[in-house]
Amino acid sequence: MAGILTARETVRRRATPGRLDFSAPAGRLFFTEAPRAMSMTNASLQFPPAILSPEALALRDTLRRFLDDERRGGGFEPQCDGWITPSFEFSRKLGQAGFLALTWPKAYGGHARTQMERFVVTAELLASGAPVAAHWIADRQTGPLLLRIGTEAQRQKYLPPIARGEYSFAIGMSEPDAGSDLASVRTLATPRPGGGWLLNGAKIWTSNAHVYDAMVVFCRTAARTEQRHQGFSQFIVERNLPGVTMNPIRFLTGEHHFNEVVFDNVELSDAQLLGREGDGWAQITSELAFERSGPERFLSTYPLLRAAMDTLGPTADARARFAVGQLVARFWTLYNMSMRVFGRLAAGLEADTEAVLVKELGARLEKEVAETLRLVIHSAPSRQSPDRTQALMATAILHSPSFSLRGGTSEILRGIIARGLGLR
Amino acid sequence: MNDDTILIDTAERLFGDLVSPTLLNAAEAGSFPHVLWSALEDHGMTLAAVPEAEGGAGASIQEAFDLVRVAARHGAPIPLAETLLAGWALSGAGLRVPLGPLTVVVPGEQADLTLTGAPGHWQLNGQARRVPFARAAGHLVALVAHQGQTGVVCLPAARCRLAPDDNLAGESRDTVEVEGVSLTDTQVALIATGVTGEGLFRLGALARVVQMAGALERCLTLAVNYVNERVQFGRPLAKFQAIQHHVATLAGEVSAATVAADAAVRVLAAHGIAEALLEIACAKIRTGEAVGVAAALVHQVHGAMGFTQEYPLHFMTRRLWSWRDEFGNEAYWADQLAGALLPAGGDALWPALTRHAGIAQREG
Repeated sequence: MAGILTARETVRRRATPGRLDFSAPAGRLFFTEAPRAMSMTNASLQFPPAILSPEALALRDTLRRFLDDERRGGGFEPQCDGWITPSFEFSRKLGQAGFLALTWPKAYGGHARTQMERFVVTAELLASGAPVAAHWIADRQTGPLLLRIGTEAQRQKYLPPIARGEYSFAIGMSEPDAGSDLASVRTLATPRPGGGWLLNGAKIWTSNAHVYDAMVVFCRTAARTEQRHQGFSQFIVERNLPGVTMNPIRFLTGEHHFNEVVFDNVELSDAQLLGREGDGWAQITSELAFERSGPERFLSTYPLLRAAMDTLGPTADARARFAVGQLVARFWTLYNMSMRVFGRLAAGLEADTEAVLVKELGARLEKEVAETLRLVIHSAPSRQSPDRTQALMATAILHSPSFSLRGGTSEILRGIIARGLGLR
Repeated sequence: MNDDTILIDTAERLFGDLVSPTLLNAAEAGSFPHVLWSALEDHGMTLAAVPEAEGGAGASIQEAFDLVRVAARHGAPIPLAETLLAGWALSGAGLRVPLGPLTVVVPGEQADLTLTGAPGHWQLNGQARRVPFARAAGHLVALVAHQGQTGVVCLPAARCRLAPDDNLAGESRDTVEVEGVSLTDTQVALIATGVTGEGLFRLGALARVVQMAGALERCLTLAVNYVNERVQFGRPLAKFQAIQHHVATLAGEVSAATVAADAAVRVLAAHGIAEALLEIACAKIRTGEAVGVAAALVHQVHGAMGFTQEYPLHFMTRRLWSWRDEFGNEAYWADQLAGALLPAGGDALWPALTRHAGIAQREG
């Protein structure tokens, strides 16, 4: 064992040894030491700890007060799946209060804050059950995309109103023959003589496109070749353009959320093209990790647990206490996992497999909340119920199939995880 | 290697060199691995977290738990975690920490010990069940309530009667009987603040969490290697989608466990044991859950090979199935957690869940 240091020598070599203190007040055992990186490797997966700055914690407290005030003042009623439920009024309020466009430059109405601050804000919004869909996609995806590849004119036009919570975007990706297999997209934009483009095709499952101001459409601008990921581009298509028609595709609840969006010779100017022609595939894949690891992938039904805690109360029986403890442990774990993945991405590091893994676990938890709680409360789920817990339970059950479908089906995700682990 | 990881890298080499299937089988047959223990002791790893002034290495809480995780990754059949806990309890009470393997006896359902007498002439009586590695330990460190204070007792194992028992992995979990054992003031300390039986129980739970995380990491490594190598129907198992999904699900459980363990250790290190109830409870519940799912999956992808004594997987899974029940299983901690959270109501849950997340240093 020559050359191996003893533990004591190793600790002495460090500039900041820890100190064990058993004599702390109030029976505390605590340790003072400088934070340091710890290897968190399993196979190839990395979840190093993330740190929230004092600014992030202060922002969290401010937002908590804002949300409490709004809820108490009737500004919103907590609901499951708040991030697919739009309230244009509430998003405007959030914009006015400075909770949107957090990471964007101030020149575009942003707040020049960090990704971790944005993580904290999104988690708070979701946990509160506020209706946040009206700004969600624009704030999460379209804005950052424009900052990355948009023209100055596009940024000037769209970013400030998004930051104010006054402009909303949908995403047009899936098509009747292109679900998980996005490279099968057929919607086609062809160059018009004299400039601009002509868009033809149809998108489906386009969330809230009928009420949002515009959508980003992923389409072909060149015929399919051997290189199946080439020849795609993205365009901004405003809702009221001639040739754009919407047909509702109702949820199994009857809710109008999805749309079929048909493009019939829609004329687009060159100013609506996003980035370079042909870069579409790289554009949509480069930010997938942020989309997949976000708190919306595990918190959609958290408001049900929150309400059920009050229904159960301190006299809950042993089975109910077990159920609550289990769910709390799962939420705590996923919050930490999601935060750690966000921390890595914010540092510019790769975390694609980890992000997918968080989403896969998150989708399961989103379903487990209702499945677990229904057995320990007198469950009679109804969307009309005056009992908030029963109403939240109803949405949590009725929306549950979508949790493991949207943003990538769990089957696709497991394949990606396996590849990331080196299964070949 | 850098200074931050050198201790762990060293431990990884030591365990890698010394913990063989032969050693594991011999330990299970009743032969304590003294060579392994001596090597660790020579490197100061058994008392890593004891302050230097008291003969330890003065390592951080995090480093100490890192060592425990590495040991578990190899299935090391020694009371490293228990010695760590015992060392903390003794040094916290101002008692000398003896060399050699130590273990802990924590008040609760499993232990019924009574401390009588006064400074100068103490007496200990009673019984404790499921004491880890009591057979191997030189001393048992027991925490006993005594007139509103906590008595920390360093009991020489030779003074107890032992009835052997073990867990699913063949690790000794013995019944200890203590009958009128006289103890001196170098063996008993009464403390009003600091370590408590409840606190040590939580540390024990966290130690098992960290051990489970380590063993789960090893399970994932074994699974990935096996499915890439084993060929059936003319292709590696890894090519089958059903197998890919099993391994992906396994990776999710393993990652949940490792993050839960690391996050809970960090909260303990930064905020202290009294502040870390929620995190330790959550980590024990989630890691215990992960074990059930992960052990089933890792065995499934290994086929009959994983069910044999010859293949090393069982050294991990039998420990995992044992550790999830020790120091409180999921049901116990879920009950504790819900009991602490339900009275405060739903609105207080989110602030409680997120209170310590991402905060490395103790505030104030």
